[in-house]
Amino acid sequence: MYTQALNARDAVAQPLSAEETAKSAAFQARVDDEQRIEPNDWMPEAYRRTLVRQISQHAHSEIVGMLPEGNWITRAPSLKRKAALLAKVQDEGGHGLYLYAAAETLGVSREEVVDQLLSGKAKYSSIFNYPTLTWADIGAIGWLVDGAAIMNQIPLCRCSYGPYARAMIRICKEESFHQRQGYEIMLTLSAGTAEQKALAQDALNRWWWPCLMMFGPPDGESQHSDASTRWKIKRFSNDQLRQKFVDATVPQAHFLGLTPPDPELAFDEASGHWRFGEIDWEEFRQVLAGNGPCNRDRLRVRRKAHADGAWVREAALAFAEKRRARKADAEKQAA
Amino acid sequence: MPTTSITLSETPLVGTVLRRADDALVLGHRLSEWCGHAPMLEEDIALANVALDLIGQARTLYAYAGEIEGSGHDEDALAFLRDSRQYRNLLLVEQPNGDFAETIVRQFLYAAFADPYWRAMTASTDPRLAEIAAKAEKESAYHLRHAAEWLIRLGDGTQESHHRAAGALEALWIYTGELFEVDAMERAVVETGAAVDPASLRATWDATVDAVLGEATLTRPAGLGVQTGGRSGRHTEHLGHLLAEMQSLPRTYPGATW
Ligand SMILES: [Fe+2]
Ligand SMILES: [Fe+2]
Repeated sequence: MYTQALNARDAVAQPLSAEETAKSAAFQARVDDEQRIEPNDWMPEAYRRTLVRQISQHAHSEIVGMLPEGNWITRAPSLKRKAALLAKVQDEGGHGLYLYAAAETLGVSREEVVDQLLSGKAKYSSIFNYPTLTWADIGAIGWLVDGAAIMNQIPLCRCSYGPYARAMIRICKEESFHQRQGYEIMLTLSAGTAEQKALAQDALNRWWWPCLMMFGPPDGESQHSDASTRWKIKRFSNDQLRQKFVDATVPQAHFLGLTPPDPELAFDEASGHWRFGEIDWEEFRQVLAGNGPCNRDRLRVRRKAHADGAWVREAALAFAEKRRARKADAEKQAA
Repeated sequence: MPTTSITLSETPLVGTVLRRADDALVLGHRLSEWCGHAPMLEEDIALANVALDLIGQARTLYAYAGEIEGSGHDEDALAFLRDSRQYRNLLLVEQPNGDFAETIVRQFLYAAFADPYWRAMTASTDPRLAEIAAKAEKESAYHLRHAAEWLIRLGDGTQESHHRAAGALEALWIYTGELFEVDAMERAVVETGAAVDPASLRATWDATVDAVLGEATLTRPAGLGVQTGGRSGRHTEHLGHLLAEMQSLPRTYPGATW
């Protein structure tokens, strides 16, 4: 889930003209009526900005998210796992593509938002700043990270902005496949040798808390939730989604014979929820501030790929231009 | 499952199938190294597609090689528990990715061969190989188109891309002769009708290479390259590193299932 509300607060809204106030009311009425807003419809500027930020952050997360898992493609332990992991990472690239396309419907180009990522101005999900140290991390990411993504993204399938909602429907189908695949890796490890089971527990220990952080700051501290909720971009609060994730995931961990690394984790009969311990929000802030274990590496790798590919993109453009010119010449000759 | 390498009873048919399986796996592995690092997102996806096809081809070929070899070696034993001297792939496909031009030239030179190879193999007298070829042929047609289109773009793009493509062609050409090599072992399989004589594909390969290089405004190096050895396990230094990385887990945790 790649949609932590993280960025700086929007500039203070300017007072609206009478005409804008009327448009704005009509817009809100459509949203309240659960109608989809489409690219050519009138929308408040702040709505557009919020969506551009959220969709492009989400797209960047898919792209940066290719790196930690890509780290194991060449070391996957069987040909079946190798093919499945490569296909998964490829899917994430596809998610990035749909999401950049959805952002483009709001009037920003892919180049523009990618530049914001590379310059460090745009954020991406904090989770991808953690390293994949063993093969079990590939299982843990599929199970937990894709699992958390689904929790967050299923409600986005009903997001008021049509192109985003439609992209999410497509993406969610693939994310749930990834989640099952990751869990299946964990099942295999947990049922394997003592060493493999230890790898699985170690991966859970390292990914558990960062996954809980994926849902963003606790309610009340989140900067964008109010407007996003009114606009039906966001339908559940960070804490609600986090609780849903914990409730779904703890029994899955127990089924694997693994223990989440939280001594305070306990089932509360009265509410039917799993209660969990305090999240280390200082760690979260550090990761967001660029001081996570892999922030620097992730950006360096993205920048290098972009810089190394510049001559290829230029060649493709130059060739397309030559081909156009030749075609035009040929048509002129024929005329 | 032992961590030491397996020993194979390599009949001519097993050896011939392993050569194709190793080509596909090693090249698929190389292409998979691009994932997340390509010049544009569309190519991350396209190169992964090609890699997935090749890994898929390798899997069916290994499965078949294991069956006819008959000592219970599955696809993973064949991929992960043979060392570089037991690998039978072309030297061309194990060459490092280099820049995008090197990857595209390597891909093009191979695909211009693999595409007619699999098409011809659909007439194999061995029904399993004919079946594998029928699928591989569809995939390799796309692989060839993808590589040829890029080679033309790079050759006829900017000065820099032309220069890089020409350099890559010059560097990789030395491995082209091996594509058409036939030894006594493979000759025996060709004679049964189960495999195609690689040398018989030379004219088709020449025609494809000439047409695409012409459009790409690139000059074809003279003759064919002379470096060979992959088919008998005498590789370049690069394969050992590739295998060390690829095989690390199965060799570190003997007997584990993943
Ligand atoms: Fe995704
Ligand atoms: Fe995913």
